[in-house]
Amino acid sequence: MSTPASNVIEKTGTALPTGSEWTFPAIEAYDEAIGRVARDYALDCYPHVLEIISAEQMMDAYASIGMPVYYHHWSFGKHFLATANRYKRGQMGLAYEIVINSDPCIAYLMDENTLPMQALVIAHAAYGHNSFFKGNHLFKQWTSADAIIDYLVFARNYIAECEERHGVDAVERLLDACHALLNVGVDRYKRAPKQSLEKEKLRLKEREEYMQAQVNDLWRTLPQRQEAEQIVAEQRFPEEPEENLLYFIEKNAPLLEPWQREIVRIVRKIGQYFYPQRQTQVMNEGWATFWHYTLLNTLYDRGGVSDGFMLEFLQSHTNVVYQPPYNSPYYSGINPYALGFAMWRDIRRICESPGDEDREWFPDIAGSDWRETFEFAMQNFKDESFVAQYLSPRLMREFRFFSVVDDDTRLKLRIGAIHDDPGYRILRQQLAQQYDLGSREPNIQVWNVDLRGDRSLTLRHFVHDRRPLHDSLDAVLDHIASLWGFTVRLERQNVDGSIELVSAKQVERRLRG
Amino acid sequence: MTVRIVDRRFDSRNKSSVNRTRFLRRFKGQIRKAVGDSINRRGVRDLENGEKISISGKDITEPQFTLGQGGHRETVHPGNDRFSGGDLIDRPESGGGGGSGSGQASQDGEGLDEFVFTLSRDEFLDIFFDELALPNLVKKQLARIEQYRSVRAGYSSSGVPTNINLPRTMRGAAGRRIAIGGPYQKRLRALEAELQDLLDRQSDGDDDSAEIERLRREIARLRMRVENLPFIDPFDLRYSNRVRVPQPTTQAVMFCLLDVSGSMDENRKNIAKRFFMLLYLFLTRNYEHIDVVFIRHHTVATEVEENDFFTSRETGGTVVSSALTLMHEIARTRYSTGAWNIYGAQASDGDNWYNDSPICREILSSSLLPLCQYFAYIEITDGPPQNLWQEYEKLQGTHPGHFAMQRIAEAGDIYPVFRELFKRQD
Repeated sequence: MSTPASNVIEKTGTALPTGSEWTFPAIEAYDEAIGRVARDYALDCYPHVLEIISAEQMMDAYASIGMPVYYHHWSFGKHFLATANRYKRGQMGLAYEIVINSDPCIAYLMDENTLPMQALVIAHAAYGHNSFFKGNHLFKQWTSADAIIDYLVFARNYIAECEERHGVDAVERLLDACHALLNVGVDRYKRAPKQSLEKEKLRLKEREEYMQAQVNDLWRTLPQRQEAEQIVAEQRFPEEPEENLLYFIEKNAPLLEPWQREIVRIVRKIGQYFYPQRQTQVMNEGWATFWHYTLLNTLYDRGGVSDGFMLEFLQSHTNVVYQPPYNSPYYSGINPYALGFAMWRDIRRICESPGDEDREWFPDIAGSDWRETFEFAMQNFKDESFVAQYLSPRLMREFRFFSVVDDDTRLKLRIGAIHDDPGYRILRQQLAQQYDLGSREPNIQVWNVDLRGDRSLTLRHFVHDRRPLHDSLDAVLDHIASLWGFTVRLERQNVDGSIELVSAKQVERRLRG
Repeated sequence: MTVRIVDRRFDSRNKSSVNRTRFLRRFKGQIRKAVGDSINRRGVRDLENGEKISISGKDITEPQFTLGQGGHRETVHPGNDRFSGGDLIDRPESGGGGGSGSGQASQDGEGLDEFVFTLSRDEFLDIFFDELALPNLVKKQLARIEQYRSVRAGYSSSGVPTNINLPRTMRGAAGRRIAIGGPYQKRLRALEAELQDLLDRQSDGDDDSAEIERLRREIARLRMRVENLPFIDPFDLRYSNRVRVPQPTTQAVMFCLLDVSGSMDENRKNIAKRFFMLLYLFLTRNYEHIDVVFIRHHTVATEVEENDFFTSRETGGTVVSSALTLMHEIARTRYSTGAWNIYGAQASDGDNWYNDSPICREILSSSLLPLCQYFAYIEITDGPPQNLWQEYEKLQGTHPGHFAMQRIAEAGDIYPVFRELFKRQD
């Protein structure tokens, strides 16, 4: 473990295999060499497992959001077909990495990759992403790395069992509806409790019964006394608007069977697990890219790998961090790898050799120890705050960032700010907001349930910047209505406070099961 | 500390096949339509290949609440090459180049208009022939049964060495050794205890050397007996037993009657051939035991080989009844109705020698239809119905369920008509 770096050179300098064909011993040797460098940099990682998989399995994993076990659903088949098709036509190279946030961390190596690519993936995924998963506060707070695989196994088995018992179609309809609510089915503020497989199983039965009892009580149809009724009529339900639609439906939808509630819960929990990943894309990919770049370069400086290796590595690295300009046909938004990588590099530069501008903008970190600064930044931020905190004027100039204001009440687009003195802060704030999930996605909350009347559910969309919902809202409302079992309405609360009805779905028949 | 490397390449292949099947199942309707369209585009000969299918992307989107176009929004883009703060610029035509390029459209990497994917050959044909069946097929038990199915039937004490069932054999051997050796072992233990007793007493001074000697000999003899028990005996051998169960078979014969007269132009012949090709493919794929008889006719009918049927270019006048007579002849001599389900499919442009059409109807109604489970007639014409059609129409009323007729005007009708004729009826 504590082999001094100088020994490493002697020992592995000539020993690392060359060539493009990989072998198991070669991968092992590279992993060991990279691991040693990572330890010299004090990267704190979960232990990891490398799994060699075929291209087909890689596509498989792609289709099921990178997860090794997942329940069955047609949409994964669709993604698989789409991926396979593009891969066969050569339109896309396959993932160069998939890594599972679990303990131990699982990194996939594709058997068609060359040896330098495998080394790159090991450095990127098994050390880069891995240390991010372990350190970042969002992952620590929201995901339990030790339990996720167990939970997925539980979920798959449970859903398979439901399919057997209640029919594939019924389960499919339910999953469709749940998937439609995935992005409005996450808790943003509460903390998810950890569950292990055993506990989950133990509590399953208990929970089913308890929840059913709760729901029944809420929907009690026995006549109540007059006075009580008056009080109840005053009460709103839910007392506070609820932003997690899946959670609300799981707990309160009147007509769901226990197994249906459990499936809603499963989809919700898995969605929650991916929530941090969606919030830290730039940071996470940038971090992993920074570390594969740094680790392999250090290995090269120590004489561990050959020039040929570095050439191949640098070529794919350059492809990954390429940012096409806005007017390029390849442009499809800001490349998170490019921005993330550039930002981490920039932070290191600010720490190690700050200029006057850096001292003015970043008095806290200019000249500080870069590893400490890195750890702090990696642990305590998400994309939004990371950009707001660390995007430097120099980087904005390098990327030649500019902002475009698109206002549908004006005939022309307006350039809001560019990379100049008056523009830096505006640009930085704007870009940070762009990474805020809250502003990227509509704010829709459960507003009211008409407990005493027709049991209808009212959702409210809080409009921001006058941006309307996409037309898909009707299809989503259909799904919500099928879960809720009674009429569902969607209202819009405009900026001026006025309320208007956007759409309503009547449910004709009350179908049980 | 070395890293764990797991080779998963050979695990769970086709893990996603379930999801794939689910996908195909869910969009069966759209896919079937696409399959139907594609069959019209391609030659029937290469039906055996997979097919690229495209269905509308709109049908398969998974809806979510997202923000739409409109309102006020500000986005940051890289690569500024000409703008300064406050500039006003025209809106770009659509998304792409000019600035407010929408990253949304291709978030999961695919266009939204068409979803294209490749079906394997089996999937293609499955969907292609889905829910099709030969009508009125009945199981006709035959005296001469040709088909057997091999089923497990426990274990037997005789058989061929390849069928030896080791667990069973070893279990039996162990049981036999315990059963036969048990009494010896028991006696052995008793004798050994006795011997030990004597030896102890001898050391105390008593002299029982003769008795000891006897015991020792006895023990040795018993040991020998036990050791002589064979570890495995031919008696122990057990073989997995399989018996052949006769299977009821369904035999069917399909008569394909093709009009190659002069009035059938190249286009019509092609349509007819494609129809029969489809029929042939369907029969050979979905039914294991089926005979197909190819009959070609102009003024005279001949029975031909598959290859000649689909490729020959012979031509002449038209006497449809010749083919029907030949079919009846062949059916009577080779395919007894007791053993065979008889089917007929006839394709013609309906242009028959005028006096012949009533004869055709007569042959069908009096001699052929009573033999047949199902007879389908397709008329390939885009004009008004011909005389044969008019005659045949009378049959429809008198033989419901056993006689069907359809018209094909162009290649695009082949598949729908085929489906219509061979729809599963239950």
